[in-house]
Amino acid sequence: MSQGHTMNRQLAWALGALLVVAVCMLPFLVKNYRVFQFNLVLIYAIAILGLNILVGFNGQISLGHGAFFAIGGYTTAVLMDKLGMPYWATLPFAGVLCFVLGFLMGFPALRLGGHYLALATYALALAVPQLLKYKKIEGLTGGVQGIVLNKPEPPFSFRFLGQPLNADRWLYFFTLAVAALMFLLAWNLLRGRIGRALVAIRDHPIAATAMGINLPLFKSTAFGVSAAFTGVAGALGAVCVAFVSPDSFSVFLSISLLVGLVVGGLASIPGAIFGAAFIQFVPNVADELSKAAPWAIFGVILIGLMYLMPTGVMGLIGTLWARFKPKAGAPGA
Amino acid sequence: MSMPLLEARGLKASYGPSQVLFGIDFAVQAGQITAILGANGAGKTTTLRAICQMVRTSGSLRFDGTELVGKATESVVRLGVAHVPDGRGTFSALSVDENLRLGAYVRRDRAEVARDIDKAYARFPRLAERRHQQAGTLSGGEQQMLAISRALMLCPRLLLLDEPSFGLAPLIVAEIFRIMRSINAEDGVSMLLVEQNANLALDLAHHAYLLETGRVALSGPSAVIKADESVRRAYLGY
Amino acid sequence: MDALLHQIFSGLASGCIYGSVALGLVMIYQATHHINFAQGEMATFSTFIAWSLIQAGWPYWAAFFATVGITFVGGVLVQRIILRPVEKAPVLTNVIVFIGLLVIFNSVAGWLFDYTIKSFPSPFPQQSVLATRYFSAHDLGSVGVMLTVLAALWAFFRFTPVGLAMRAAALNPESARLVGIRVGWMLAMGWGMASAIGAVAGMMVAPVVFLDPNMMGGILLYGFAAALLGGIDNPGGAVIGGFIVGVLENLLGAYVIGTELKLTVALVLIVGTLTLWPNGLFGKNVVTRV
Repeated sequence: MSQGHTMNRQLAWALGALLVVAVCMLPFLVKNYRVFQFNLVLIYAIAILGLNILVGFNGQISLGHGAFFAIGGYTTAVLMDKLGMPYWATLPFAGVLCFVLGFLMGFPALRLGGHYLALATYALALAVPQLLKYKKIEGLTGGVQGIVLNKPEPPFSFRFLGQPLNADRWLYFFTLAVAALMFLLAWNLLRGRIGRALVAIRDHPIAATAMGINLPLFKSTAFGVSAAFTGVAGALGAVCVAFVSPDSFSVFLSISLLVGLVVGGLASIPGAIFGAAFIQFVPNVADELSKAAPWAIFGVILIGLMYLMPTGVMGLIGTLWARFKPKAGAPGA
Repeated sequence: MSMPLLEARGLKASYGPSQVLFGIDFAVQAGQITAILGANGAGKTTTLRAICQMVRTSGSLRFDGTELVGKATESVVRLGVAHVPDGRGTFSALSVDENLRLGAYVRRDRAEVARDIDKAYARFPRLAERRHQQAGTLSGGEQQMLAISRALMLCPRLLLLDEPSFGLAPLIVAEIFRIMRSINAEDGVSMLLVEQNANLALDLAHHAYLLETGRVALSGPSAVIKADESVRRAYLGY
Repeated sequence: MDALLHQIFSGLASGCIYGSVALGLVMIYQATHHINFAQGEMATFSTFIAWSLIQAGWPYWAAFFATVGITFVGGVLVQRIILRPVEKAPVLTNVIVFIGLLVIFNSVAGWLFDYTIKSFPSPFPQQSVLATRYFSAHDLGSVGVMLTVLAALWAFFRFTPVGLAMRAAALNPESARLVGIRVGWMLAMGWGMASAIGAVAGMMVAPVVFLDPNMMGGILLYGFAAALLGGIDNPGGAVIGGFIVGVLENLLGAYVIGTELKLTVALVLIVGTLTLWPNGLFGKNVVTRV
């Protein structure tokens, strides 16, 4: 290996280590509310990653992932509120429940393509909040009022740079750990045989079947895994916000997740973070631009992105990188 | 010699990244039938589609002095160019009568249009029998008759025909070609005909071009080409 | 028995609305093979325009027809300016653009007309000789209006040259160009007409459910269900589907599950129809994809 290569490797490691240190120091450098917002970014990133597995990698359009986010959140809330389960134990339950529901949703989805699936999932996004308000299950779900939770206290005391490790900061690290785990899981899943199979199904379904890929099984599983990721995100959301109510999971949440996906870039794992940051912070900006119609600005941005940057931020970065990077092998380039 | 009705110079055409025509020159004289011959993949159909601006073209295409390159298909049609595409292009879910009426969509003269519809039925009695039937239920030959009639409803100055003999029984083909000759002779409609069946085409046309992989290999009056045995054997396979 | 008849008639009246929304969806689908997710919000926006005109003192029917006209033009503009650039783009891109439109119309409606619930007048007087125990004058009137609209539409497509050209453009755009039809404008007109139908539906439903920016959310879903049930490429089926959905909604609501889960019913209808009768009850084209 040449000198240049070893230097590049060392540089990459150094930058990586720097990044890790920066990320860990971050919550102590800013105020509590910012930390809370960063938590939400991480949570949305997991949700968008889940959506991406289905939409970006497998080509199935879902306008209803807000429903899985809601179900995950409510699972955690009910388990914590009614059974006194500790917050971290509820995550697997949320994941599994959403996996099952997503898998089941996958079956009618098998026969639907494109807009029909979009339509059916749109109906799901609209129906679930109304279902959560249903009087007959009010005892469980808290009806229109929802369920209020207690934010978990950090398991130990810690001070850094003059700031204490409080609930929000502790949740930052917890969420970060879960996010890292889930991103690693997704990366492993998608770069191997399974990932290739998903993409094959998306791009050449007939050829994929001919090659022996069990389409129904894969597509339903993709739905299930995708729902599970978003469900876990919803569970984390319930813990961080310490509150769930039907109106926090309107169809606009599903739309936001889709926006985040498109902004970050389809079929891009790191893009989920850009997308999450976008949907967390831009509505605030839009709100300031036009007190009256922030969502209208969101809508304009959506349409504008489709015209100008359909491959999202990651696509743009990819294009710029391809154009500016030095040609490999050219002497003294 | 007077200016040709349709003249192409350096015409190039591509489907996306693959180029099919590499700069061809040809002309259709007013009142004449011109044939474009060649094997599969030579670019014959693409030439007709290029005239109607249905593919990406560059170069020059002048129809009666007007430049066609860059126009929308509808605009080319409105100038008086009728195209009978391969596959007939009939509206299979609509009736025979509705297909004919659509052919006259751009015309304003209602009475003339009605007369022309009667003329079409007189020329092709089989269509008259099936006038309210769905076009998709017609046989191949009848659909070809319908496609030609519909194109003629435009009162075109130039009629483009893409493989009119394709998939039809010889008797039907003979009938259709006989009618095409009479349309040209009586109504003076100029025609540009694409055909794989060179024999039939050379019998009908006044002038012919032979395309080979997107270039003009040879051209001349059809009588001359027919008479030249070596050309026939080398290029046309008979 | 009385109550049952009342539910059925009421269901037919709302079924008319669902059928009209479904018709608008089917018209756009036939021409462009896209489902207009923004249909409901555009209809609501149009109803707000009508409301403003009436507030400004316009007589009802003047406001009605003006709104229909404005909506038609608006629909044409939306297709020409916003949708044409992405016509050839993949389905996901189009779906996202439609969602963008949905969000813009909803938000701007809230901004211009605020979120307080407003009442919208009905042109059919309460105390009319035609009102009975089973249906109100408005129910009967709105059914009448919708049927008139449907009849006019049918006549337009069946007997006029432009109607024929629009059908041709939807069936086979390439062949349509070859007879000189400006297919792009036909699509735009189809959009204009579908939007105008939506506006009429909005104005007919607003007196009953009251007007606010989220008025059509659930109705759109029922419109979807009706369109799917009737066959997404069948206008007549859309209307019949609407009636079926309307009556079903009322009967289920009154006798089976109560009125709180209407959207879940819609969801079940949609998923059920797509799973059991993917072509709808009257449709022709196959929906199944690998």
